[in-house]
Amino acid sequence: MKFFARVPNINFMAQRKLGLTVSAVLTIAAILLVVIRGLNFGIDFTGGVLVEVKYPAPVQLEKVRADLASAEYERAVVQYFGDSSSVLIRLPPAGKESSAQVSTHILEALHASEAGITLRRIEFVGPQVGEELFSAGGLALLFAFMGIAAYIMFRFEWKFSVGAIAALIHDALMVLGMLAIFQVEFDITTLAAILALIGYSNNETIVIFDRIRENLISERRLDILDVVNLSVNQTLLRSVITHLTTLLVLSALFFLGGATVHGFSVALIVGVIVATYSSIYVSTNLAVALGISREDLLPAKDKEIDELP
Amino acid sequence: MKPYSTWKYFLLIAALAFGLLYAAPNLYGDDPSVQISLESGDPLPAEVSGKIAAALKDAGLTPSASGIENGQWVVRFSHAEDQLKAADQLKQELGRDYVVALNLASKTPEWLKAIGAKPMNLGLDLRGGVHFLLEVDIEEVRKKAVERILTEVPALLRKEDIRYTGRRENGDSAVMEFADAEHVDQASRAIAKAFAEYQVTPLPEAPLSLSIKLTEKEAKRIVDFAVQQNLTTLRNRVNQLGVAEPLVQRQGENRIVVQLPGVQDTTRVKDLLGATATLEYRAVADQDAYAAASSGVVPAGTELFYTRADRRPVLLKREVIAGGDNLVDAASTVDENGGPAVSVTLDASGAKRMFTFTEQNVGKPMAVLFKERQVVTSYNAKGEAIREHREVEEVISIASIRGVFGKRFQTTGLASKEAYDLALLLKAGALAAPVDIVEERTVGPSLGADNIRKGFSAAVLGLGLVVLFMVFYYRVFGLFAVSALLLNLLLVVAVLSLLQATLTMPGIAGIVLHMGIAVDANVLIYERIREELRGGAKPHTAIEAGYERAFLTIADANVTVLIGTVVLFALGAGPVKGFAITLAIGILSSQFTAIVGSRALAQLAFARRQLKEVPIW
Repeated sequence: MKFFARVPNINFMAQRKLGLTVSAVLTIAAILLVVIRGLNFGIDFTGGVLVEVKYPAPVQLEKVRADLASAEYERAVVQYFGDSSSVLIRLPPAGKESSAQVSTHILEALHASEAGITLRRIEFVGPQVGEELFSAGGLALLFAFMGIAAYIMFRFEWKFSVGAIAALIHDALMVLGMLAIFQVEFDITTLAAILALIGYSNNETIVIFDRIRENLISERRLDILDVVNLSVNQTLLRSVITHLTTLLVLSALFFLGGATVHGFSVALIVGVIVATYSSIYVSTNLAVALGISREDLLPAKDKEIDELP
Repeated sequence: MKPYSTWKYFLLIAALAFGLLYAAPNLYGDDPSVQISLESGDPLPAEVSGKIAAALKDAGLTPSASGIENGQWVVRFSHAEDQLKAADQLKQELGRDYVVALNLASKTPEWLKAIGAKPMNLGLDLRGGVHFLLEVDIEEVRKKAVERILTEVPALLRKEDIRYTGRRENGDSAVMEFADAEHVDQASRAIAKAFAEYQVTPLPEAPLSLSIKLTEKEAKRIVDFAVQQNLTTLRNRVNQLGVAEPLVQRQGENRIVVQLPGVQDTTRVKDLLGATATLEYRAVADQDAYAAASSGVVPAGTELFYTRADRRPVLLKREVIAGGDNLVDAASTVDENGGPAVSVTLDASGAKRMFTFTEQNVGKPMAVLFKERQVVTSYNAKGEAIREHREVEEVISIASIRGVFGKRFQTTGLASKEAYDLALLLKAGALAAPVDIVEERTVGPSLGADNIRKGFSAAVLGLGLVVLFMVFYYRVFGLFAVSALLLNLLLVVAVLSLLQATLTMPGIAGIVLHMGIAVDANVLIYERIREELRGGAKPHTAIEAGYERAFLTIADANVTVLIGTVVLFALGAGPVKGFAITLAIGILSSQFTAIVGSRALAQLAFARRQLKEVPIW
């Protein structure tokens, strides 16, 4: 089976100015969204207490709230989790009440009015641990960017490196923006998804860069823009198929994997779609705008020959 | 087509065999079992076999197997109810020297165990259990140290007759003030001579003052001591819980991770972790302890206790010579004759009382009483929790006083294991630095089982979709890619099992994600082959070119994904580490299976045939 009879011949680079503009606007929009609307950070980051319980039969949230209020936990956020007999209770970091006793008290309060409750999970994260994860998470992103930038510089050239990193930042921001719009919970698993996306998205970029390098050397008559167009078209099919298989497994995870990996699969689904676009219109585009040239990528031996008068 | 090197086929067969062998233990499942070991960690005595058999007989249970496995006695059952009954009975009959824990024992056959094959290690989010992160309050430890300086230094100066005009606390150092430079000089020398662990510096802003603080080495040592002390105490207590594979481990400078798989009752655990222990040095009374124990009449001014090791009665005088809060350090060491010993360091006030006491009591015995205050939670018939306080008081050491001593002394005449244990207990009883729970994660068994089921079904569906798509789209080559993917998954499971890396829910998500990405290598190769064919290449040439040209691209792409996973691993919170490990192993093995594996299959299928066209679309 095949999608196209021949290698497509789409003039991607004709839209390159528009592409850069759109990307810039979207990036700024995503930053504004994240800043203004904010991310729905999970307790991994904010600290606090989370208790998930399962009632023997569907339960009214009002009843749960009332039970909690009787134990003076009016501030608790109560919501269904998955179905109407599973309830998720969250409390912001407790000011004075020390440590992990909160979860014990919550359970006692709920047990007092309903005997058949089963505990599904308790998570308690001290505010300091949350703060540390913030800085560790930020550092992790930074190191991932630096590591990838260094590798591309080593394998290609600095202009490619800049393009690739711009695409990674772009993709990460798009995902964050989307998470902010839908207020998907951002926990440590979601952070893992973003780091995985960085690897994945960069994969896209590298496949195109590799092809550009190959074509720059083999198709000496074409100018840069034509080489780039040819390369993008040649790798287009492979991109479509890889995204398809990745989206297939991600949707399996989204529909069957349960709520624990919900944020994870949403972040990656958005990321995979965005990465298709950014590998063409951000990374490649920016590298072209920075002025990549045939000479940059020629093997050292060829260069010497070229430099002869 | 050029022939494919034989060694690559061998390598593939070896990889397949390795994968099958080491992934196999995961298929056998496990037995509900009871695991028995000595609390002291010593090897089990020979008579335990008879005791266990008797206990099982009393309970009317027939185990499916019972014997020593990996240094512990494991009794296996076919039903979980039998397991619980047996555990209750064994706990009762074996007594408190033994740890009786519930566990799931793998049914992996012996020959597989012999080559080191084990089932995967499931994370707490998959098997249920509790995870605590505890933090030792270092500030408190430092404050204590300054307080100690502020009592010991003035005491020394008074003894040496060096007059000071003031003393105060200043952050993590103590400041002594003097009337003139001569005194400053004298004091500085005296302190340096008496306390090697203190660092004395003049205060630049106040010329007639000395700033005294712990040397860096000493400051680090007391923090280490505080953490070690808590670790020891926690280990002892966790052993009492009867958990099969508890983990109590130091993390970073001042944190301790406690993980208890299978434990649900977090209230009980928190109570146990929060128990406080202390100790007292006391004089042994002359009266007959056995008589007091049998008659129940305790002479005035004394109290009756029992020794921890052999439950002998001991009468101790009521006065406390030194308490746990006076204990600065305790370590097992060797005495001047090279025999095992425990060296103990007391603070100034403890040392003073010890000196006065030993002066008058040379030749008489002195005992160490270990006291632990625990909260014990039990449940009544209605299932309500009843919490009660329990005091455990035991004599852990009796030794005769050989000479007069104060600050530092040694307890000798011990076996080396005894010395080690005594040092641990002394540390546990020293005034513990306070510990806070800074993170708790409890996963109920139903959620764990749910997670496994959901993760598994997502993986199966994901795999099914990818297989269908690849075979539909690339035909025979799709089959090659799918075979490579299956080998890849087998290798991931095998390596995870062999390394005993922990499989978590994010780890499963990582495997599922990886299935989508892993076929990318084959997609790259096959698209390349199609391109070569479009360009007019002969079938065999196209296949070869496809594999050769795509190789570097795949390697480049994989390296960058690996960079991401390495960073993720370094970031390292438990479940995410699991994700990073599975993804990294997957990528490394796919670089091999997707290229070498699928190519070997293509070679086998097509190398010896004349091809008019390649069945790739």
